[in-house]
This record gives sequence, C-alpha cells and structure tokens, in this order.
Amino acid sequence: MAITRGFTGRRKQAERDPRLPPGQYDVGKSWPVLTAEPTGRVDAERWTLTIDGLVANPTSWSLKDLKALGTDTYRGDIHCVTTWSKLDTSFTGISLDTLLDIAQPLPEARFVVEESTTRYRTNLPLDDVTGGKAWIVWEHEGKPLTREHGGPVRMLVPHLYFWKSAKWISKVTLLDHDEPGFWEINGYHHRGDPWQEQRFDGD
Amino acid sequence: MATDPQRAATWRDAKVVSVDHHGELGVILRLHVPDRVVHRPGQHYVLRLRAEDGYTASRSYSAVSGPAEDLVELYVEKVPDGEVSGFLAEVVEPGDVLECRGPIGRWFAWDGATPALGIGGGSGVAPLVSMLRHARAVGRPELLHLAVSAWTAEHLPYREELEAAGALVAYSRQKGGSRLDAAVIAAIADPGATAFVCGSARFTLAMESHLLSAGQPEASIRIERFGPTGENAEHG
Repeated sequence: MAITRGFTGRRKQAERDPRLPPGQYDVGKSWPVLTAEPTGRVDAERWTLTIDGLVANPTSWSLKDLKALGTDTYRGDIHCVTTWSKLDTSFTGISLDTLLDIAQPLPEARFVVEESTTRYRTNLPLDDVTGGKAWIVWEHEGKPLTREHGGPVRMLVPHLYFWKSAKWISKVTLLDHDEPGFWEINGYHHRGDPWQEQRFDGD
Repeated sequence: MATDPQRAATWRDAKVVSVDHHGELGVILRLHVPDRVVHRPGQHYVLRLRAEDGYTASRSYSAVSGPAEDLVELYVEKVPDGEVSGFLAEVVEPGDVLECRGPIGRWFAWDGATPALGIGGGSGVAPLVSMLRHARAVGRPELLHLAVSAWTAEHLPYREELEAAGALVAYSRQKGGSRLDAAVIAAIADPGATAFVCGSARFTLAMESHLLSAGQPEASIRIERFGPTGENAEHG
C-alpha cells in the first residue's frame, strides 16, 4: 500500500487512543446523523416493541412496560462504519437479555432481524445480542433520545458498527437462518465488527 | 472470478490527475483508478491516507463524475480543522497516489432510467451532478429534476453546470435570495419520481419534511446526510 506523500496524520500511532478500532477517529462531543430514509415519526405513547419469531412466548411491550422492568445503563464507545467513533458515551434502557428471558427463544433460533417503524431492517447472529451485548434504549446521556438519533426508542449493539443499532426499533424477530437487512443488501458487510473492519461487502 | 462487490471493496492506488480548488471551500480531485468498477450515480468512494508510521485516516466522498467518464471525480469540502479534507485541499498535487476503494452503496443510487428528483444543499450537490452527467450521457435529461441550495453563489460547487442544466437554485444568504421552502418543494414534488436528498443533517431534515407535506411518498425518498444535528450551519 502506498504511503501518502506528505501525510503524517494528526495523531501518531503511538498516541492513538486504544479504544479506537482501526480506521476510526474520535468525533468528540458531536454525534453525526446518518439515516438513508426519512426520519422516523413515532408516538412514544402508542409505540410498542415486539419480540416474535422462534420464541415460546411472543411478547409486546409499551415504553411504560419496558421502564417497569427496570433500567440498565451502557457506558462505553460506539462506532460508525463511516469512520467516526464516539467514546465514553452513555445510553439508558433495558438489556435485551431481560426481554429474551421473557420471550424464551427456541433452541433452533440462531439469528435475529431488527425492524424499525420505518421498515428499516438489519440482521445479526443471536449471539451478538445476548450475554450483555445489546440494549433497547430511550435515553442518551440522561436525556430522552432525540428523533434524529432514533427516539423515542432505538436498539443499541455497541460492539458492532452502528447501522446494526436500528433507530425507531419496533420488532426483533428470531430466525433459524440469516436474513440480510437494508444495508446488508445495499453493499455493507453482514456482521460489521469494527475491530475487524468488516465495513463493506467483500471485506 | 471475483464479484463486483468484492472488486469494489479492494483498495487500489489511485493516481491524482488534477486538482482544482473551489476557493477556500473545497477541492475537486480527478483520479485515475486502475481496474475500476464503474459506479452508479450517487455511489461513493473511500479515500485513505497513510502516514509512514502506518497511521491511516479515511473518509467517504460521493462521485461527481458520470459512470461513462474515464476519471473518478470527487468533491471534497474543507471541514474546519479537518484532518483528511485539509490535507486533500492543501497538500495533494497531481501525480500523488491515494488509496481508494469503491464504489460503495446501492441505495442512494440512480440508474438513469426512471424519473428522479435531486435536492441538494451545499456540497450535497456532488452526487446530483453525477446524476446530471449520467442523464445527459444516456440522453434522458428530462428524467431528472434538480433543486439546489447554498448560502451564496460562491458557496455552490458546480454552479455553472447546475444552472446550465436548468436546476432550480436558491441562495439563502444572498441579497434577494431565497430558500427551498415548503412552497418551492411542493411545486416540484413528484410522487412518481424517486427523491434523492443530500446535504447536512439540518438541511435534509427540512427537505424530507417539506417533501412529505407535499405528498411525496415516504418510500420514494432516499437521503444522504452528513454532519451532526443542529451543530453545522445549514447550507440552505
């Protein structure tokens, strides 16, 4: 690979924040908005989340129902495939583990598809959303999640690129097979691990 | 045999053929990309800069060139304090080699065969210019309608090209200027067309809202946003 003539980079490799996956930069306090479709319009009072598919007990919750189950806070980093990362940020919501404990995945369930009110879809192995790795969240830094960032409620899967964290989440369906979602059909990687730079189709 | 997505994902050493400055605002780079995969208008490329110690930084830029052009043309807006855009605008010269991959993205892409409405703010006109060049190349200019907005004429890249093509142009901070407001968008909304909206987060949020109010079906609207919410000044 060619060295770029004259480019030294703002941050030398030695002082690079070890929390930044390869090819990412720290966006600081700002938070870019990336959505390919019109911004979701969701009435928080009428919104529900459903877990269905290969589960013994398909369940829907209102936002009030979810909040009654307790709250969990994630504090850590998020990474966007467009190369920005936001370090040490926080989201409050509920662990998906709690909801899956209620819905009871069947033994053959191995994948999930997240679906939003805008019909955006993204696919994940079930292992990527269990064991304390995924949340349904309604607050960012202690404030209600704004509409542009997926409010009132979005999915949060921070160990994968952020297109796997569907905004305006309304349904999580468990499947026995992998089913590519919106970006996965449109040129992006199926899994999206930032540490392995799984950005695009072919990576 | 490698598929197109695999070939597009491959990093290539692209050679800079020309560098044209758009005042202090940005730079137009034309690149020779070896063994390139032909893009669809609206798709983007990733440029990666590599320091001697192995440090890299990469950013995505929409193609401005049409698919039929030999060189890949990119418009790079200078972001204040931008690590990559600053380097591309100030240091890069013809003959330099930049790592490049693409084209990427199959959603914000137009095939040139169906009606399209392009709405762009500031540097968000870049993918629309690619659509415009493609429409001309395939002899279907009537399929594409463009409306673009910038603070002033000086802030609009590809101004002459857009004006010559009959684009509706609004300058929001110019004496006697105008905006792409609800009435303007209502007049050009076309439920039978795919609407491609590109610009800052604030600009695109306003445009999608105008389009939806004008009856443009939600499923016909495709958006390419950049920048944070509310922080960057709107370009329209």
